[in-house]
Amino acid sequence: MEARRGWRAVPKVRQVGFFTPNEPPPPARTQSGPPDSNSPPLSNSPAGNSLSPVMIPPPRHLSDNLAHRATSPLPVPETSAFRRPIPGGDRVAVVGSYNPTDSMLGASPPLTSPSSRIGDGEFSEESSPGWFRRSNSAKFASSFPGGGFDLTSIKSSETLEVEVKKPVEVPEKSGVAGAELQTESQSSSKPLKAKTTKAERRALQESQRAAKAAAKGEATGKPAISSEGAATSKPVKQQPSRKKDALPAATSVAASDRKGVDRPPEKERKKEVPPPRMQFDDKNRVEKAKKRAVVNQTEARNRVELFRHLPQYERGSQLPDLESKFFLLDPMHPAVYKVGLQYLAGDISGGNARCIAMLQAFQEVIKDYSTPPEKSLTRDLTAKVGSYVSFLIECRPLSMSMGNAIRFLKNRIAKLPLSLSESEAKESLCSDINRFINEKIVLADKVIVRHAASKVRDGDVLLTYGSSCVVEMILLYAHELGKQFRVVIVDSRPKLEGQALLRRLVAKGLNCTYTHINAVSYIMHEVTRVFLGASSVLSNGTVYSRVGTACVAMVAHAFRVPVLICCEAYKFHERVQLDSICSNELGDPDAIAKASGRMDVNYVDNLANKENLQLLNLMYDATPLEYISMIVTDYGMIPPTSVPVIVREYRREHLWI
Amino acid sequence: MPDVQALVNDFLNKLKKRKIEGSQATSRQTAELLRSVISQQRVPYNNQAGALIDAVKAVGEQLIAANPVELAVGNIVRRVLHIIREEDLSLTTAAMAGLNLSAVSDDEDDEERDDLPVLSAAVVAAAARSTLRPPSLQTLLEDMPDSAAIPHTSSSGGDSEGKSKSADKSSRSRKLKHDVIEAVNELIQDITTCHEQIAEQAVEHIHQNEVILTLGSSRTVLEFLCAAKEKKRSFRVFVAEGAPRYQGHLLAKELVARGLQTTLITDSAVFAMISRVNMVIVGAHAVMANGGVIAPVGLNMVALAAQKHAVPFVVLAGSHKLCPLYPHNPEVLLNELRSPSELLDFGEFSDCLDFRSVTGSPLLHVVNPTFDYVPPSLLVCSSLTRCLELRWKENVDGEILEILAQFITSC
Repeated sequence: MEARRGWRAVPKVRQVGFFTPNEPPPPARTQSGPPDSNSPPLSNSPAGNSLSPVMIPPPRHLSDNLAHRATSPLPVPETSAFRRPIPGGDRVAVVGSYNPTDSMLGASPPLTSPSSRIGDGEFSEESSPGWFRRSNSAKFASSFPGGGFDLTSIKSSETLEVEVKKPVEVPEKSGVAGAELQTESQSSSKPLKAKTTKAERRALQESQRAAKAAAKGEATGKPAISSEGAATSKPVKQQPSRKKDALPAATSVAASDRKGVDRPPEKERKKEVPPPRMQFDDKNRVEKAKKRAVVNQTEARNRVELFRHLPQYERGSQLPDLESKFFLLDPMHPAVYKVGLQYLAGDISGGNARCIAMLQAFQEVIKDYSTPPEKSLTRDLTAKVGSYVSFLIECRPLSMSMGNAIRFLKNRIAKLPLSLSESEAKESLCSDINRFINEKIVLADKVIVRHAASKVRDGDVLLTYGSSCVVEMILLYAHELGKQFRVVIVDSRPKLEGQALLRRLVAKGLNCTYTHINAVSYIMHEVTRVFLGASSVLSNGTVYSRVGTACVAMVAHAFRVPVLICCEAYKFHERVQLDSICSNELGDPDAIAKASGRMDVNYVDNLANKENLQLLNLMYDATPLEYISMIVTDYGMIPPTSVPVIVREYRREHLWI
Repeated sequence: MPDVQALVNDFLNKLKKRKIEGSQATSRQTAELLRSVISQQRVPYNNQAGALIDAVKAVGEQLIAANPVELAVGNIVRRVLHIIREEDLSLTTAAMAGLNLSAVSDDEDDEERDDLPVLSAAVVAAAARSTLRPPSLQTLLEDMPDSAAIPHTSSSGGDSEGKSKSADKSSRSRKLKHDVIEAVNELIQDITTCHEQIAEQAVEHIHQNEVILTLGSSRTVLEFLCAAKEKKRSFRVFVAEGAPRYQGHLLAKELVARGLQTTLITDSAVFAMISRVNMVIVGAHAVMANGGVIAPVGLNMVALAAQKHAVPFVVLAGSHKLCPLYPHNPEVLLNELRSPSELLDFGEFSDCLDFRSVTGSPLLHVVNPTFDYVPPSLLVCSSLTRCLELRWKENVDGEILEILAQFITSC
């Protein structure tokens, strides 16, 4: 009965109505999916989609369900009672192992037990049953108050899944539904008709989502569920992507399957939480990664002690090496290869530019893609994208915005309706990518520029640091609006990105002042606003940005000058970071030794090999929340404390795309 | 005298052209120049101290005007003036003690009290004035021009014990100059050895495995760190390069040559790294009377970051950097803008920098200041700064505040 209490705790009544019980489920959801294509989609769930298994109801449903809500409100507490009738309706007691689930459900009569599973089965009728079921059980788990109870239930449901999925998926890989698959799917499809559970399930799902959102704040706080989830999800996330590039696709898929199966279903949810990154002080992992690597990296000799956990490589050797391998690297798509080289050479920099370049390369990949025989598009393409991503990571560590974009893409691939033909699927993916670029980057920038330009007044002195493309657009837009203001560009070594910005702004006729970062407290007296770009905004309000941003924000704060961070919402990330050391990126140390354009500065040139001299070229730093007055994003202007809201809402909306 | 003038002009030129780098070199050379000025100065029979002071003041004013930002020059001029007054005072009191058989006392106040029954009040006041030591605000106000008061002293003194005093004076004049030059030599000695004296304390402040951050290059810091290294402390140093002069590279090179574990970082990474740093040790350009520090550019940022992370911020400064002035708008008034060529290549942006452009003002300004002002509030919260500095002062010449007070009143 504990379970029932759990049910009762479900707060969100209003979303209960999402599922009209009498709607014909399969076609509605999947657009076109014929019922017999149901079983394959199971495969999507484990490896491919890293996103939360929240449903995507088409818009029609929304209205539908509104209407429905009006007519039949489903009070949450009643759900269990509501559920009771169902069992009568379903007739299948499929597998013995299902029983644990019903104990979890708490409605003890054996009859009820099938219902839950039936629910799963029923969903599996729809396009992407795998993740649905996942979400279901996960939801159960988290909605239960008792941790211990939870765990066992998770375990059981997980074993359940193992059993169900294995038979389903293995044949599915071969693209043909085997006989046993057929039977399986039948068994699972029968319960289909028990529609009433949907509402409950929906409610559960909602509650779970809420719980998750709450739990996200505490991150690792919950010992029982979430920490475990995080712990196991870490190998899961990394291994598949790593493995895929080395192993033949089939085995990799199988491997990832296994992975997907043996983790508690709730992991699926947790999957959204980014996996911990590769720690480069872990010898074994590094060795393994090296074997798989396409790019030959030689470790820097003078590694900075404090940053052993980050990759520190010798520069300059990889590029020629990779270039020579251009025609040898069979599996690598040339577009991806090109982008990788550009990352490596530093030709493309800046969060948006890198992200767009990567997405466009993936678009090329998708256009040129053809499903190999005996494989399904979703899995194979996911694997391929994974291998490309790991190649790009070798070229240069991903920014968080790129991570978000990749998550989006993988999610889209995973959720491709199976009914689509290959060309249609490719078409839809390409348009998805286009839409992402347009909506999340191009349009978002426009909105940000509008917002931020409203904060520029005549006579202002605006300070910016480095070169952020959004800030540049803001400045130009405000200039176009005819506002009279002055720009202070603060720059720092080694990249001196500000000079390029200065060149562009001066060419447009803006009145500029150029200085270096040490002089920022000298110039800050006259500044009235500080506009800064960001590489990522983390959910504790920390802004992760080009190194030096924190210094500028700190000085501005000390001089009581408002600091505005301009950042698109797709760069928001639920990770939390406290300092700039735990995760960062190291640039080329040689850039430190030589001052560009300054021939007289060459003191340490010949000392580069001395072992007690280390050159540290940090790329990013973390600006604490208190230095930031406002974050300008495409959702409007928010205080840095509201970042988690955007992260949550964004993810939801992100899924609905 | 002409050769002295030539020396002065030479030094003035150097100052104006900013040929002399660093406060230590500047102050040493200033002291040496003043020494030669004093030794060349012909002293009149009466009031030699006044003559010396006038000469030093004349030269000092020129020197200060030549480079108003180099506060060390002014500091040294004041110190020399102070020395002259001290020496004159001690000579006068000695002479008076000789005249006045009744009492021999070291202390000035006691002596004056002892003098009272013998000498008239006017004479005592005049004597006090003739020492050019301003004992109180009242005497300062009473007669501002020292030179005007002094003839009066000798004349008034003349009627009672004129004979013996004048006989005494010829030896006294030579003695005064000699003593002053001796004292200036000591000062020069102090300045040249200030690094060692500061470095002696290094071991007391650096412990094993300490992580130290510094920015730019300062000889004092270098000596300080090396002294600790010589005492077998092992620690690591983060050196911020200190754009746009990149003196940090130089410091890093020196430190590496002496076997210290050194990491060179960009200035922008200071905030990122400071959370892992135990102590910030930097040099200064000058220490102002309010406790604020004029320091190489970028240090305000470092001090703010240190404050944010509660890292002790230690400023090492020799005594010649103690300045009795109170800073007013020091970021602007006590600063110097260097050439934009250190930041930008002229070729590329020169047309934008041109003042003859259409609007009459250039589209592009380049700001390249030399110094930063670190307000005392940032230093106070990292109290080791003042503490270390004060302690160092105690070792060398007494209380810092007293010295500052003397400087202020004596100029």
